[in-house]
Amino acid sequence: MLEDKIKERIGHNIASDDVVLFMKGTPVFPQCGFSAAVVGVLSHLGIKFSGVNVLDDDEIREGIKAYSDWPTIPQLYVKGEFIGGCDIIREMYETGELMEMLNTHGIDVNPQPMQA
Amino acid sequence: MSEMSENSVKQAIEMRLQEILNPDFLKVEDVSWQHAGHAGARPGGQSHFEVTIASNSLAKLSRVAAHRAVNQALAELLAGPIHALQITIKRD
Repeated sequence: MLEDKIKERIGHNIASDDVVLFMKGTPVFPQCGFSAAVVGVLSHLGIKFSGVNVLDDDEIREGIKAYSDWPTIPQLYVKGEFIGGCDIIREMYETGELMEMLNTHGIDVNPQPMQA
Repeated sequence: MSEMSENSVKQAIEMRLQEILNPDFLKVEDVSWQHAGHAGARPGGQSHFEVTIASNSLAKLSRVAAHRAVNQALAELLAGPIHALQITIKRD
């Protein structure tokens, strides 16, 4: 069972920005390939987001798994809604569904030119 | 887990998924070698896996729900030997 105190902290994190990524490491210095991949997608789309580094906080690291009913990190939330982990974000990006979903949620998207 | 033969985790994943999701297609790959040396990787491998699966029961579900069904089928292994799991749900 997830303690109310931890639930509250996670809820607060999720509400802190329109797009929140629970990840290992920070957006500037991801410490896991799967977290880095999602940061890459979000950056490529020019989306402003907040990263929550679960490695900094064991309560959040374990708590978020129960909270989202999702056993792995990273986890992406948009306007409080759980969107998925790395595989789902990559898939949605490739099919264009990610852009669509961000648009329907009113998130600003500014795709960056591909880096050589 | 004290004794782990070479393919035991992969086989356990295959068995659970066959049993619970009755897939039309299932491929489980041990990709631990790709992560050798980083956090969560073990000397003997068997920590990072890729699952590609097609099943009628999953095809009806949303992406998140289909991934949850796979994760639930493997819950015990995810709490134990599996450090990372990539999932691809095949739909046609």
